[in-house]
Amino acid sequence: MDLQRLHLDKTLFFALLALSAISLFVVYSASAKDMSATLGHLMRLGLGFLVLWLVAQVRPEILERWSPYIFGAGMILLLAVLGIGVIGKGAQRWLHLGILKFQPAEVMKLAVPMMLSWYLARGNLPPTLLRLAAAFLMMAVPAFMIIKQPDLGTALLVFGAGTFVLFLAGMRWRVILILLAVIAVAAPFAWHHLHDYQQQRVLTLFDPEADPLGTGYHTIQSMIAVGSGGVYGKGWLNSSQAHLDYLPESSTDFIFAVFAEEFGLLGSLVLVGIYVFIVARGLLIAYLAKDTFTRLLAGSLSLTFFLYFFVNMGMVTGILPIVGIPLPMMSYGGSSIVTVMAAFGILMSIQTHRKLAE
Amino acid sequence: MLNIPIKDHFRETRLFNARISVIGVIVVVLIFSLLLRLAYLQIFAHRHYETMSQANRIKPIPIPPPRGLILDRNGVVLAQNYPVYTLEIIPEQVDDMNSLIEELGHVVTLNEADLKNFRKQLRDRPRFESLVLRSHLTEEEAARLAVKRPYFNGVELEARLQRHYPLTGLGAHFLGYVARISEQEQDRIDKSDKSMYRGIQDIGKLGLEASYETTLLGQVGVEKVETNAHGRSLRILERIAPVAGKNLSLNIDAKLQAIAEEALGKRRGAVIAIEPSTGAVLAFVSTPTYDPNAFVGGIDTDSYQRLLKDPDKPLINRALNGQYAPGSTVKAFLGLAALEFKGFNANQPVLCPGWYTLPDSSHVFRDWKQGGHGMVTLHDAVVQSCDVYFYKLAVAMDIDGIDRFLAPFGFGKKTGVDLLNESDGLLPSRAWKEARGAKWYPGETVVTGIGQGALLVTPLQLASAMSALANQGVRMQPELVHAIVDAKTGAARDVAPVVDSQVPIKNKHDLDVEIQNLTDVVHTNRGTAYNIGHNAPYKIAGKTGTAQVKSVAQGQRYSESTTPERLRDHALFVSFAPVGDPKVAVAVIVENGGHGGSAAAPIARKVMDYVILGTSPAPPKNATPESENNE
Repeated sequence: MDLQRLHLDKTLFFALLALSAISLFVVYSASAKDMSATLGHLMRLGLGFLVLWLVAQVRPEILERWSPYIFGAGMILLLAVLGIGVIGKGAQRWLHLGILKFQPAEVMKLAVPMMLSWYLARGNLPPTLLRLAAAFLMMAVPAFMIIKQPDLGTALLVFGAGTFVLFLAGMRWRVILILLAVIAVAAPFAWHHLHDYQQQRVLTLFDPEADPLGTGYHTIQSMIAVGSGGVYGKGWLNSSQAHLDYLPESSTDFIFAVFAEEFGLLGSLVLVGIYVFIVARGLLIAYLAKDTFTRLLAGSLSLTFFLYFFVNMGMVTGILPIVGIPLPMMSYGGSSIVTVMAAFGILMSIQTHRKLAE
Repeated sequence: MLNIPIKDHFRETRLFNARISVIGVIVVVLIFSLLLRLAYLQIFAHRHYETMSQANRIKPIPIPPPRGLILDRNGVVLAQNYPVYTLEIIPEQVDDMNSLIEELGHVVTLNEADLKNFRKQLRDRPRFESLVLRSHLTEEEAARLAVKRPYFNGVELEARLQRHYPLTGLGAHFLGYVARISEQEQDRIDKSDKSMYRGIQDIGKLGLEASYETTLLGQVGVEKVETNAHGRSLRILERIAPVAGKNLSLNIDAKLQAIAEEALGKRRGAVIAIEPSTGAVLAFVSTPTYDPNAFVGGIDTDSYQRLLKDPDKPLINRALNGQYAPGSTVKAFLGLAALEFKGFNANQPVLCPGWYTLPDSSHVFRDWKQGGHGMVTLHDAVVQSCDVYFYKLAVAMDIDGIDRFLAPFGFGKKTGVDLLNESDGLLPSRAWKEARGAKWYPGETVVTGIGQGALLVTPLQLASAMSALANQGVRMQPELVHAIVDAKTGAARDVAPVVDSQVPIKNKHDLDVEIQNLTDVVHTNRGTAYNIGHNAPYKIAGKTGTAQVKSVAQGQRYSESTTPERLRDHALFVSFAPVGDPKVAVAVIVENGGHGGSAAAPIARKVMDYVILGTSPAPPKNATPESENNE
């Protein structure tokens, strides 16, 4: 089968396939051998690959032309969630479309980098201060609206995706330094605007033992899981931390802890290796891309994927505070798999249409 | 599109490539720090976390709540919990399982079944779970084990509460039993709420134990315990007490239950006694009964096979699921139809020559009395149970008329008693037969008039229908549970009586006439149940029934002495008493018992004597001290 003619990038495709295969075994174990959960995960992966393939067929020029409209539609949906959104898991994130529950914030993970790439490609690079300010608003406003839902994890990813575009577009170093200085000054103020539980999560990072049964519980149990796995791991299905219910959210946000406990450092190296390989392939696609829009978009999407798994693994290993970010492709449930696969669809479209054109 | 400035592609590409390189370096640094962190946790701090994971961890230990008790209306305990000691092993903490088991064999007795069961669990269950090697340790074994246990790693002596039915077989069919949660049940629990059954091993399988499972269950408590390297508890950090399951206070009277069970004796059958005004079920008997205690700890295969293969089928709940032809007991209700149905003149006597044929048919429908009853009025027909009279009534009403009349008495549908898996019985109609792709024959209508043919009832339905007759046509839903009682506070929530259906009675006088006719069945010397009425100090309204098990060929007669026992007729009796102020309605069926008047009616009389006169012949076997004090 010629994957190229299907507009699929062979290297990326097989890496994603490997990740999917591993994820099925991990979900099965982490869900306490729940076959229906595992099949549900398989269905989501299947749907993800279908979306990937469909998106890969769309030529980059068309993606570029659609970018402002997708962004506009995403903004309207976000407004709708704030207005009429229903409460799900204590937060307003979901929009009921008949039988379909839909999380508009997911769309913004793609729409924001698309919009910014489109906008910045319309001018010379590096962008002028004015254009930079306009671009900043395009990412900050939706990110702020997502924070209000409140969904700190997704907001972080959306903001990150936008920041990557700005950085890759050649935002000047002195502007970057000034912004960093502003953030340093503003941080104490922002701190007061965080929810109590969000503040606790950050504090826990510095001293998880302070409240072992309260906010520190997640981090401690997760670190015990990872640490007790050792070099070789306890073996598949033998994560006592997950199966004895010490580890909360074992099949969703903390699934990497289960993996690290069962497959040890060696397994973790392989898994991190695959993730890094995927990011590297994405960056290569960005490097090879021929025009400003595609290279900015490909770069941003690849780096957002990096941010995605890095923040999750950092949280599981206790070097980053707990934000609700699942491990892409691995974690059970949610609509994130489809978004991630759509992003890879875009990458594949950029890569394969360029090759075909040559 | 027009105002896009001309781009310097070369410069832009160089800028982009520079930025990609910078960010590539940052990515590499971050990944490197992540890997360092992993290496730190999994290599350098491995021992520390290993210990924490293995033993020095905060262990949430579920505390199972005591299951609610089941008590009869006088507080006699029917189901309780008592502690049993079990020897459990956590495989993860054992180095050499074979030598451990051998050594344990010197401390407690271990038989083949224990070992087989344990090996199976060892294969199927996770290694960190506590597995039962031996349960029901004697006091002495438990004491010996308690002394020796510090020498064994991974061995636990646990005291668990186990369900116990102190009156053994008494009321087993409505009590049901609890037994180990099966794999399918576990799946169902996992899908709804895992925490509900954490630390609980048993679940209600049958009877009230199943139908009131959530009431009896209670809420699991939790103890967060810090444990040391050997898995021993060091201190309790936090404790949430379990909430005991609620007690069930029943309408059942254990003494009455015992009287009825004893009256049936070794015969197969069922007895239901209901208080007509409330629907309270006072006795719910199915014989032979069985010992539910055998199922609690897990029944062994041999005993189970014995129960299954017993020709008397003790596991079948005859009162709830036995579906019988009502025989002549149906005349207790159709007698009222004769008065109420417009197309039939109940004032006109009918000639009974001892047989009946439909026009244009040579098939002979016999009367039970050879030679017939002569000219009979409705009164005579009910008192002497004349079949020919009711053949004619049935033909006049037609099957659909009978169906319409009997339905409000609750035939053909569940009574709604508070037990699961109740049988429907069968109230036939033309539509029912046609739905099954067959034609309704006029002959089927004829035999329905005497309660034969397709019509099927459960003993519970019969008693419920009789209580409706006693209660001015108002049929109350039968209820076993009287109140749900909080074990701690004693606060009781009464189960309210529920009106199930109202039998439409056009003329109240008709009901009075019918009840008088039924009273004469018992109290006049031509009545079929005079044997129990002649010396009764109160008035009983009743109707006997004898239902064919094997059909008798045309031109032959049934002979009890020449028919094998299990093909003999079923004996039935329905009644209520005292007439005028009914306190109890009773339905009795004795399988292959012969005549309703001689086999079933005396049992009903004993039940009614106890309820109305308070006489209690013998105390129930294995009675608790409480019930003896009540003598």
